[in-house]
Amino acid sequence: MKPFSYERAADPRSAVAAAAARTGAKFIAGGTNLLDLMRLEIEQPSHLIDISRLPLHEIEDAAGGGLRIGAQARNSDVAADERVRTRFPLLSQALLAGASPQLRNKASIGGNLLQRTRCAYFYDTATPCNKRVPGAGCAALGGFNRGHAILGASESCIATHPSDMAVALVALDAQLELLGLDGQSRRVELRDFHLLPETTPHIETVLHPGELILAVLLPPPPIGRQLYRKVRDRASYEFALVSAAVVVSVAGGLIEQARVAFGGIAHKPWRALEAEAVLRGRAPVAATYEAAADAALARAVGRGHNDFKIELAKRTLVDTLSRAVQP
Amino acid sequence: MIGSPVPRVDAPLKVCGKATYTADVWDAGQPLYGWIVGATIGHGRVTRIDTSRAEASPGVQLVWTHRNAPEQYEPAVAVLLSYSRPFPVLTSPEIRCYGEPVALVVAVTAEEARAAAELVEVEYEVHEGHFDFAAREAHAIVPASVQGGLAAVESKIGDVDAAFASAPVTFEQLYTTPYELSQPLEPHCSLAVWNGDEVTVRVSTQVVSYAQARISSTLGIPKETVKIVARYIGGGFGSKLGVHADAILASLAARALRRPVKIVLTRQQMFQLVGQRPASRQRIRLAADRDGRLTAFVHDVTMKSSYHTDFIESTAEPGRALYAAANRFSIHRAVPLHLPTGEDVRAPGEAPALLAIESAMDELAYTLGLDPIELRIRNEPALQPERGIPFSERRLVDCMREGARRFGWDQRPKAPASVRDGQCWIGYGMAAAIRGHYQAETFVRVLIEPSGAVAVQSDMTDIGTGTYTILAQVVGEGLGVSHEDVRVELGHSEFPSSLGSGGSWGAANSCNAAYRACRKLRDQLLAAAVADPRSPLHDLDPSTATVSQGKLAIGAASEAMTDIVKRHFPAGVDAIGSVGFFWDEPNYKTYSMSTYGAQFAEVRVDAVTGEIRLQRMLGVFDGGRMLNPRTARSQLLGGMIWGASAALLEEGVVDTRFGSFITRDLANYLVPVHADIPDIDAIMLDAVDLKANELGAKGIGELGICGMGAAIANAVFNATGVRVRDFPITLEKLLAHLPNGQRRA
Repeated sequence: MKPFSYERAADPRSAVAAAAARTGAKFIAGGTNLLDLMRLEIEQPSHLIDISRLPLHEIEDAAGGGLRIGAQARNSDVAADERVRTRFPLLSQALLAGASPQLRNKASIGGNLLQRTRCAYFYDTATPCNKRVPGAGCAALGGFNRGHAILGASESCIATHPSDMAVALVALDAQLELLGLDGQSRRVELRDFHLLPETTPHIETVLHPGELILAVLLPPPPIGRQLYRKVRDRASYEFALVSAAVVVSVAGGLIEQARVAFGGIAHKPWRALEAEAVLRGRAPVAATYEAAADAALARAVGRGHNDFKIELAKRTLVDTLSRAVQP
Repeated sequence: MIGSPVPRVDAPLKVCGKATYTADVWDAGQPLYGWIVGATIGHGRVTRIDTSRAEASPGVQLVWTHRNAPEQYEPAVAVLLSYSRPFPVLTSPEIRCYGEPVALVVAVTAEEARAAAELVEVEYEVHEGHFDFAAREAHAIVPASVQGGLAAVESKIGDVDAAFASAPVTFEQLYTTPYELSQPLEPHCSLAVWNGDEVTVRVSTQVVSYAQARISSTLGIPKETVKIVARYIGGGFGSKLGVHADAILASLAARALRRPVKIVLTRQQMFQLVGQRPASRQRIRLAADRDGRLTAFVHDVTMKSSYHTDFIESTAEPGRALYAAANRFSIHRAVPLHLPTGEDVRAPGEAPALLAIESAMDELAYTLGLDPIELRIRNEPALQPERGIPFSERRLVDCMREGARRFGWDQRPKAPASVRDGQCWIGYGMAAAIRGHYQAETFVRVLIEPSGAVAVQSDMTDIGTGTYTILAQVVGEGLGVSHEDVRVELGHSEFPSSLGSGGSWGAANSCNAAYRACRKLRDQLLAAAVADPRSPLHDLDPSTATVSQGKLAIGAASEAMTDIVKRHFPAGVDAIGSVGFFWDEPNYKTYSMSTYGAQFAEVRVDAVTGEIRLQRMLGVFDGGRMLNPRTARSQLLGGMIWGASAALLEEGVVDTRFGSFITRDLANYLVPVHADIPDIDAIMLDAVDLKANELGAKGIGELGICGMGAAIANAVFNATGVRVRDFPITLEKLLAHLPNGQRRA
């Protein structure tokens, strides 16, 4: 670990100002991922700005039953919040499917979105990784890539985004409220927040340098049943091989609204708009779900060890949809 | 008192954080911190190494490479107990495996050492390396010996070929098991403190005497000048039988710097600097008559080995004592690779062997339409099938019957893929467990101090198993005092030596030696008392003496032991008891000694995703007399959980391009979490094996793992009809084969 200096920010504006004042500065909240990466010198901030005590912990009601979740709210508090559990059970389910109680007690909502891939080659500094060292190459291609991406990957990077929560949030059409260096805030659709790797896998989000996540904004709850399904090797405390978040409503014997997102299969929480298009207006039957799954995974590419994830993702979606529409 | 479920005597210390583990010891004041730099190639040599930036880094006290590290002594292969052999580090530019130390950095803080270590620049000449076990199978060799000769390389009885030619039923399959790593909770760590020519090394080790031998012989100094202290150990599972680079380098650096030096491995380093259970490819061939009676048993084992060491896991050994068959062949083969050496990992031999053998027996039972328990009972041998000698005590069939009764085996799905509960297939499986029992030279001192306090001392370790507790119980019973009044002092090389915790022998070794020490001590006190006119026991017959509540009694007369000690042994009194190596014990020649079990599992397999979740686990064990059923049960449950882990999760993956373990932390190398372990129970038969030793106790540290994995594999087959022979059984191995291949429930 490289030596670093540390300060505790008093308010969001001074946090952003502090980030602007020092090159190599980084925000730290729960530190559940950043500290690991600093120990391995994958992250080498010269200065840490502790934002965990900023007044960004509140979960506030917004118009139409929506919520404004402060970026520093703890994962465990959001998962347990009654409004979240009743209006956005998908979010609660996804949070509880992630990490462990200890980590959820420590990790912030903003930090969850910004956690980095758990690709073993990203963590192994002796191997090439374009995300760590742009231009170095990707050891996961041709390596042990059982956990890696099948959608949206590139020849530069096949890593996945590890968050469960983010998968639920993209299905819920969440937005982020960001505070920039100029003191101005802006809103970004979460769906557009994370980037695909393309040729620049080291650039993972649209955040500007020093920009701070203030809050997650949830629009009014969608109509229909919400269900999160996570498939993994062990029963808890493990990242998804595949996860599916669905929101589906049925009216008059037909699917009225459907939202589908996947986790564990792409560099970002993967909203499957193609599957949604297939589902809308069709009968809630197996053939519909299968068609949706085929549409969602039509462009999936396996890399060897992870080939099974294409079929697994399809099965997981079909299964989750059929459970979600059960009376 | 022996046999009571006494709670761990060290439990309050541990739950209060007062049991000081090695890395937390501060007796010698602020230490310096060492950091090991590992090679990032799998085979080759260091051509250039530049330590100037590291040396200039803040806090750095010393940087060593092969160019300037102190002279050390080479391993003598003739040393039977391989963990005693020297373990030189940083003595050559040759890189024999990935992660091999290429530099040591010592700094004022651990962070400074680690940061400086990143600044050591190394260039290599990369040689072609052999890293791919499966691809190199054609290059397998037959090793010269297995486990220093404790297991035969090859065993051939009868005429296997003729038996296969004439058998109505034959079976042959290949089973593979992956690299597995022990990964105890407490990482490997060492703290070395020199005082003149003597060094005290606090080290997390299972065997103090091995640590002493290895460190002293590597440094080339007299054994007596190396003190080893290992009071509390956070698990070992074989990986701490021998000490590693941390102990050697901490000792050398502390000597050079004249300051205490501490080195703690990180979890990632533990995957490179500590050995692993080698991967295996096992061919099982069975020939049987139509009733399932085996006529031939073949276990052809190939395991990974390393070019630079001679470790061969004894995986062909367990099958030699398990089932009757007149014609038999078993052999160990090895595929040397440029990978870190193998080491003993909990249940070496049995753990991989029984995954294969007990899966194969289940397959044969299915082929024959037999209850898997019935098949095993039909093949229960009257004598050890290869040595032709009786078993000391073998209640395997009792274990199976009792387990079947408790588990509700008769309720099992009789055909594979026949029972569904909602979206899940339900399956039951069982397997037999066997684990050899051994004995090693052990000395234990029991003493009564002038104050009357009773203590027991040995360099035996408690690696979390309960040694402190069972020794208190044994000495309490031996001297007729409460276990609470016995002070147990372990893990120090100044105490009488043992071969520590490992091989499931520590409990029986140390408790029998302690019991003998108690008897000697009692005899000394008795002799003094009956010869003493002041004693109520004067002139009475000592052969009828009994001991209880701190008193020696002969008939109606009695005297407190403390009074005898005061009068006759004002400086206190002690006695040393011992047991010897099993190869010197007549009973080990005339009897086959093992422990046994029957293990059962119920699994649920998601019919859509192939996720396997355990529903119930049961083990019934015949492990000799249980010295403490509470600590024994914990051992057995821990082993069973490990068996589940081996069946479903654990896999050390080597990236064959680099020769490195890419699953290098516990996020990528999976072990079960609480949520994975369901209703689980371990039942111990009321057994006593008096042919094994005086207390009738055998070992149970490894037994729990032995059949558990195969029971789960068999349950997965029973649930789904899919037989996975390539462990661990992960969902992608089921996915394409699940009944109907369906995407929906």
